[in-house]
Amino acid sequence: MTRYLIRRVLVSIPTVFLVVTLVFLAFRVIPGDPAQMYAGEQATRETLEQVRKELGLDKPVHIQYVEYLKNLARGDLGRSYITRRPVIVEISTRFANTVKLSLAAISLAVVTGLTMGLIAAVKQERFWDYLFSILALVGISTPVFWLALILMYIFSLRLHILPTAGNQTWKHYLMPTFCLSVYSIAFITRMTRSALLEVFGEDYVRTARAKGLPERMVLLRHILRNALIPITTVVGLRFGYMLGGAVVTETVFAWPGMGRLLVTAVEQRDIPIVQGVLLVFGTAFVLINLIVDILYSVIDPRIRYG
Amino acid sequence: MGERTSAALSSARFVEMGESVWVRWGKGIGRFVRLHRLAAVGAFIVIAFLVVGALAPWVAPRDPNAISPQYGLQLPSREFLLGTDYLGRDLLSRIIFGARISLLVSFSAVGLAAVGGVSLGTVAGWYRWLETPLMRLVDVMLCFPGIIVALAIISILGSGLENVIVAVAIGQLPEFARLAHGLTLSVKENAYVEAAICLGVSDLQILRRHILPNIVAPIIVQVSLLIPSAILTTAALSFLGLGVAPPTPEWGSMLQDSMKWARIAPHVMIFPGLALTLVVFGYNTFGDGLRSALDPRLRRRR
Repeated sequence: MTRYLIRRVLVSIPTVFLVVTLVFLAFRVIPGDPAQMYAGEQATRETLEQVRKELGLDKPVHIQYVEYLKNLARGDLGRSYITRRPVIVEISTRFANTVKLSLAAISLAVVTGLTMGLIAAVKQERFWDYLFSILALVGISTPVFWLALILMYIFSLRLHILPTAGNQTWKHYLMPTFCLSVYSIAFITRMTRSALLEVFGEDYVRTARAKGLPERMVLLRHILRNALIPITTVVGLRFGYMLGGAVVTETVFAWPGMGRLLVTAVEQRDIPIVQGVLLVFGTAFVLINLIVDILYSVIDPRIRYG
Repeated sequence: MGERTSAALSSARFVEMGESVWVRWGKGIGRFVRLHRLAAVGAFIVIAFLVVGALAPWVAPRDPNAISPQYGLQLPSREFLLGTDYLGRDLLSRIIFGARISLLVSFSAVGLAAVGGVSLGTVAGWYRWLETPLMRLVDVMLCFPGIIVALAIISILGSGLENVIVAVAIGQLPEFARLAHGLTLSVKENAYVEAAICLGVSDLQILRRHILPNIVAPIIVQVSLLIPSAILTTAALSFLGLGVAPPTPEWGSMLQDSMKWARIAPHVMIFPGLALTLVVFGYNTFGDGLRSALDPRLRRRR
């Protein structure tokens, strides 16, 4: 187990390194002068030269790359073009908010999705199955921002029971969490249902029933455990992609997180912030994948020795 | 197009001699509708969306950009079937033209992504020395959700219709590359490819004549699966104010506009979102049905 863990962690290091490199390169091909963006439209030629030197833009690309890596290692991601504050500060004040929202959303999605998927699979081709399957289809089709607008209209504008913006109290969490999780609930429901149906047909399930095991035990010990692997994959994937949904959800509900930070930065073409948020998102995705892989080996011992 | 393929496939087993192609297709479609009722509803929605989008200038009752402030924020009436927005523009006409924009952006973006991704994937699958660098790049791009990639591209290029198409396309490109790469690797093993190599056919010719035609079917399925996500991403970008610019009737930016008026005119907020949801729902149900109609494993279980 320890050997597997070490190997798996080592494998993900180059991926993080590549994420860092890609983010660096993507923003070297910008049409337009970063020095100009930093100094503003009215900057004189002297100030531009000055800024170029300050940002190290006068050096060749490979030197810039080494500098960038060195700074990164020291936690220095540059400064925002707009607020002039260090990117790392801007991001770290919002990071926790995004994590809290995504954790709330993924927990809701896992609990609801697993339950609905399980019921749909057990009651296959009957009322609950049809209901949940159609709900899931609607769920994966509804755009987050529209759902958010409708909920805000009902609960904030009409009923006045939920706040529209901010993250101060638990009430602020309800709508954003639900909106962010709807797609994942639907997705997990569908995957759970099909993963379970796949396992229902297996020989060992028939054997378990044939030897007189109570149906509840068959479900828990044989069916669920085997269906858990594809489900874990989906949950991990959804958690990673939740960051994408967070961009929209956070903007609609004025949630002070990284998604909203990214949108504002793109609007203002504040490249250092965009770069910083991309680095965090990319690294988070690699980390989540790592955790999912480790979970696999816990669920399925065969993987450890493969 | 997807429907024709499936209909042709499912009817192929019941071919009676002397039947015309049309009769066979008709029977195939009939079978598909009977077996997959929900999917048929989806197909109907998709077809309606395509037709309305393509014929928008002839279908829309009014000019989508004609401003008449005296008719601002009207509720649905006989004159304005879905009401008007705050500038008095006819909502129905704007939604119809919105379908056209959606259609344009999603098809061009997914088309672009397919061409780029398939080229990348087949080349990576064919040339061993390119495989590692190209596919590692694709893996890294897959670390970011499509909308994040699109946002990054827009931060570089700026917003606007063309840039949104490019941004959405680059966001989806890695998915095509990964699929095409895997398919190329398996097709490559075939004897006819080996024969072509022995005959001294050039690499480009082999890719074009032997590899591409054999991987095109799953690619087309992938295109149909990614179109709804392209539609959603485009609308999300416009909603965030980073996509198609405001006077253009785009569903996402219409929703953005509607926020300020939600209290007094909720219909402005409801209808564009409903159109968006309906189209995506149509694609998803149709895609589901198509997959279960084409996948023998799923059919057996029914």
